[in-house]
Amino acid sequence: MIKMVNISKVFSPGTVNENAAIRNVDLVVNEGDFITIIGSNGAGKTTLFNLISGNMIPTEGQVLINGRDVSKEQEFKRARYIGRIFQDPLLGTASTMTLEDNMMITHRKGRKGLRISLNNKMREFFREKLTSLEMGLEDRLKDNVGLLSGGQRQALTLLTMVISRPELILLDEHTAALDPRNAKIVLELTMRFINDYGLTTMMITHNMNHAIQYGNRLLMMDKGEIILDISGAEKEALTVEKLVDKFHDIRKRTLESDEVMLST
Amino acid sequence: MIEGIFVEGLVYGIMVLGVFITFRILNFPDLTVDGSFPLGAAIMAIMLTRGSSPWLALMLALTGGILAGFVTALIHTKLIGAMGNNEQMVINQGVNPEYMKLIGVGLSNGLVALSGAFVAQFQGFADVNLGQGIIVAGLASVMMGEFILRSNKIAILTLRVLLGSILYRGLMYLGRYYGYYINLTPSDLRLITGLLIVVSLIVTQLRGERKWSGAGAAPLNGGDPKQGAVGTAPDAKEAAATRGSA
Repeated sequence: MIKMVNISKVFSPGTVNENAAIRNVDLVVNEGDFITIIGSNGAGKTTLFNLISGNMIPTEGQVLINGRDVSKEQEFKRARYIGRIFQDPLLGTASTMTLEDNMMITHRKGRKGLRISLNNKMREFFREKLTSLEMGLEDRLKDNVGLLSGGQRQALTLLTMVISRPELILLDEHTAALDPRNAKIVLELTMRFINDYGLTTMMITHNMNHAIQYGNRLLMMDKGEIILDISGAEKEALTVEKLVDKFHDIRKRTLESDEVMLST
Repeated sequence: MIEGIFVEGLVYGIMVLGVFITFRILNFPDLTVDGSFPLGAAIMAIMLTRGSSPWLALMLALTGGILAGFVTALIHTKLIGAMGNNEQMVINQGVNPEYMKLIGVGLSNGLVALSGAFVAQFQGFADVNLGQGIIVAGLASVMMGEFILRSNKIAILTLRVLLGSILYRGLMYLGRYYGYYINLTPSDLRLITGLLIVVSLIVTQLRGERKWSGAGAAPLNGGDPKQGAVGTAPDAKEAAATRGSA
């Protein structure tokens, strides 16, 4: 479904600050894949997402979606079929607008034109969807989203994104800024939605256990390269120890005890 | 007197709607307003003195203002950047934020110029100094509207802009006609405008504090007081920063 061919991304080329964030990466994402991505800070995980979503244009190489070259397509155009959630829970919703207005905007994703669209039928539909979050949001349609907690806002972003039926969703450590209790709730919701809607998913996480536990495929990134791509039965049998050993075998150095290790 | 205040309030209210769009919805302090207001007035005055139809003149004033707004929006989108409550959300909905800015700033300045065209008819003259301090008057009116009505419904947000404008013009009228008892000259009206803004800001702030201290924990986040702080966690800011540079 998504194919990245020999992708490189270099920041500030030709200067002393030259930094190759992604080096000659090839990647094929199949429909229905649920890929977890781990790697230490600066490994290029977020840059990889930026290249897929169109937030950045690759220095070299091509991004193909369903066989079509979208390397130069702008982010807002790709957003019609790619959903993305960020670590910052404030980025997915508009804080000075009501919950129902937010849902109306996201519900009409990609469709243009003016018409009065928020009616009682829509409210009923939103209420029904919000009930599935089990956060009591169905009674707060008229409240500004700015009054909700980070966990509630992230859950709402997740819900509205799923309703718009994207072909691919990118989750960029979307539970990292939440407290442990909310992080757990949002993660459980994520898994439920991915199963219910059969979404093709890529998820960045700093938690090795999550990366092993969830999904059918695991990517490990280091210094701008994908150094491990594990799927199928091998992924099923994976443990944290095996993962650390594999990293050592490939890189001939010990996986540094940064937060990748701390969060295990 | 009342009728005069209403007419003046409504005529300037169109300008205040424009200021409301940029300052409150787009979150963009747009100084074009000081220029597009006399632009609309000038177009109206020239067209009328040449004997053309007032409807055509109004349309031209509106168009002139929209074009002035386009220039500002183009400079802004090509050279600077973000606008509105949440630009990332606009992108995520598959909408080009640059078009939205163009439409928003264009509509805003179109309304301001239209207001200028009406003011030129109301006052019987037009000159370039009409635009002086028009943003401040517009902003004061927006704030006074927020002072009298609180809501998050777009119909009420629009209505209260007009109410704020009428209230502001009423106070200015009082200042002009009764100010001399306390030795206020017309040039001191600016002082009143300034004080109005400060008072509106203070009252809004006090209301806001009461709202947050009263309802900080309980009904807002399902009973867990810790949740309230989540949105402002340092991680969130860090995430925004890395997104920009990574």
